[in-house]
Amino acid sequence: MTRVTRFAARDPGPAARMAGFMAHLRDNGLRLGVGEAELGLAALTHVNAADPTEARPALKAVFSGCAEDAERFASLFDAYWMNGGRVVEKSVPTKAIASDNVHSSRNAKGPEASGASGAPSTPDGGDGEADADGEGKLVASVIQSRMNTDLRNLVQPEDIAEAQRIAERLGAALRDRRSRRRRLARKGDQIHFRRLIRHSLSTGGEPLHLPKKQRPDRPLKIVTLCDVSGSMTTYAQVFLAFIAGLMRADDTADAYLFHTRLVRIAEALRDRDALRALGRLSVLADGFGGGSKIGASLMQFSRTYARRFVDGRTVVLILSDGYGTDTPDLIGEALAALRKRGCKIIWLNPLKGWDGYEPVARGMAAALPHLDLFHPANRLADLAALETELTRL
Amino acid sequence: MQWTELQTAMADTGYIADDDLAMAIHLALSLGRPLLLEGAAGVGKTEVARVLAQVKDTQLIRLQCYEGLDAAQAIYEWNYQRQLLSIRAAAEDGETGRSVEQRIFSEEFLLERPLLKAIRQDTPPVLLIDEIDRADEEFEAYLLEILSEFQITIPELGTITAKSRPIVILTANGTRDLSDALRRRCLYAHVAYPERATELAILKARCAGIEAHLAAQIVGFVQSLRKEDLEKKPGIAEMLDFAAALMGLGIADLTQDPVVLQATLATLLKTQTDRDNITTEIAQRLAGKAA
Repeated sequence: MTRVTRFAARDPGPAARMAGFMAHLRDNGLRLGVGEAELGLAALTHVNAADPTEARPALKAVFSGCAEDAERFASLFDAYWMNGGRVVEKSVPTKAIASDNVHSSRNAKGPEASGASGAPSTPDGGDGEADADGEGKLVASVIQSRMNTDLRNLVQPEDIAEAQRIAERLGAALRDRRSRRRRLARKGDQIHFRRLIRHSLSTGGEPLHLPKKQRPDRPLKIVTLCDVSGSMTTYAQVFLAFIAGLMRADDTADAYLFHTRLVRIAEALRDRDALRALGRLSVLADGFGGGSKIGASLMQFSRTYARRFVDGRTVVLILSDGYGTDTPDLIGEALAALRKRGCKIIWLNPLKGWDGYEPVARGMAAALPHLDLFHPANRLADLAALETELTRL
Repeated sequence: MQWTELQTAMADTGYIADDDLAMAIHLALSLGRPLLLEGAAGVGKTEVARVLAQVKDTQLIRLQCYEGLDAAQAIYEWNYQRQLLSIRAAAEDGETGRSVEQRIFSEEFLLERPLLKAIRQDTPPVLLIDEIDRADEEFEAYLLEILSEFQITIPELGTITAKSRPIVILTANGTRDLSDALRRRCLYAHVAYPERATELAILKARCAGIEAHLAAQIVGFVQSLRKEDLEKKPGIAEMLDFAAALMGLGIADLTQDPVVLQATLATLLKTQTDRDNITTEIAQRLAGKAA
């Protein structure tokens, strides 16, 4: 049984505890402002605030904004208010801002730092891999540190800016599908005469409304699924930067990560601050660099999110090396199910760039018949080169 | 009114709300904020507004959103036909142009659409904006303005300010992502498929004459059906249809007649694939477990 958190005696009072709670929620990725804090306090005056069973749903209604938030809220609430009777030293956080500064100052001296730390993880610098593949102990410690997050070390802000430019171009290449016919539209470039005449009948032949028509946009939506398992770690830098860029360039794009499970990251990546977006992502990507279940993840995708977000005007972009631990047939099945929704599937495999690579991994072989395009990609430049291929799809 | 009282009042009119939802509605009422309800189709989002209108004994004004919904359909429109007739009649009577103009741009010639209607009521109505995610983003932005100011400006008439603040309920089921601005302005509740006990209570509230054994079986069956891999999971409305169908056919036990059960599945499963997936054997197995 969880017990109510005991706050330190010198703690200033309920308002400060609420402020602490707000900070706690913000740290956990909920986007809340002063307005919400005020509304939250107002809400507590309408219920019995001392009773957690009332305060929890009340604050949940105010502070959560989407289904994911709502789901997490109970545990976030309990973590702060029902802390098993442990004493919280100080409910007003002072250190939170300081830790943010650490990130920004490190990134301020980015150029030198990236020269030192960024290089080994760049995939095309061949030594990096040799390093990573060294002795067992070393690998274990490296993976360990990545397991608990910081993707911010992997991805530099400059990369995101570059990736964003490429993603914008790719997005445009995919999206520009204009129809020849014109359809009724609220803001059109031509008058819809047929409708005009018909409508004018009801007003005695006087055209009062001028209905317009326009060529409809036929936008293609891009959904990215990125494999972040151990074997993909070296390429994750490029791909994550690309996805982050894509999400910022295109409002309709959608993105997921998978390793042993599938996580939707679209919401986190839309954060205006590119670094904070990666920070939020790190929390979501718990298990980063571990094993991978490609088939199961794809299957889960096609059964859940795909039903809502994937249709005939969607391009599903899979970034993976095809090395997974589950049965290869599952990949084929999952892709076949996905194909049925009428989408295009593109698989970008970093290993395909190697000389003499053959898609012999059984998973990859099972996937091949279902793909519209199978292409190498392990640097941003490769992704940029995709532009011409994509326009042809 | 306390939130538990609200919950009971809603239960009396036949809507069983869980604690989260009841609390969200209570806060929406007491803080005067719009309430955004999200959830799969058929979990009773729209019903909340109807029941709330009943509990508050007030009018329900509904705006169904769709792609291309514009101000003329949602807010107001001038009655052009009447205006034209008036102009013609005035021409024959020899009325001056100025007085005609004043006359035809008066409230008499204004067609109220849901949003305008909602803010001109004397007693606060329940305004249901259904499936807001189907409307265009431009409309969403316009709606935000109305929801924060509660006033509408008609160029020919001037600004109309709300006489009473309507209770606003918005529903969405994820056709597209809603803007952050809209989410921030609203309280939020995610309506999920109900727990077994809640669903049983709903069934008993809606089908008064149902036998306890059959009710428990139906709820158990539908609950386990939702766990199957289906394209379209059956909602509460479907469950109630299913119960009504079984009662109409005079079935007392689900396992009694496999053929009838399979036929009545038409009320629960709405796609061909789902019908094919739930074969007679699977249906029987689920029904057997539900007992």
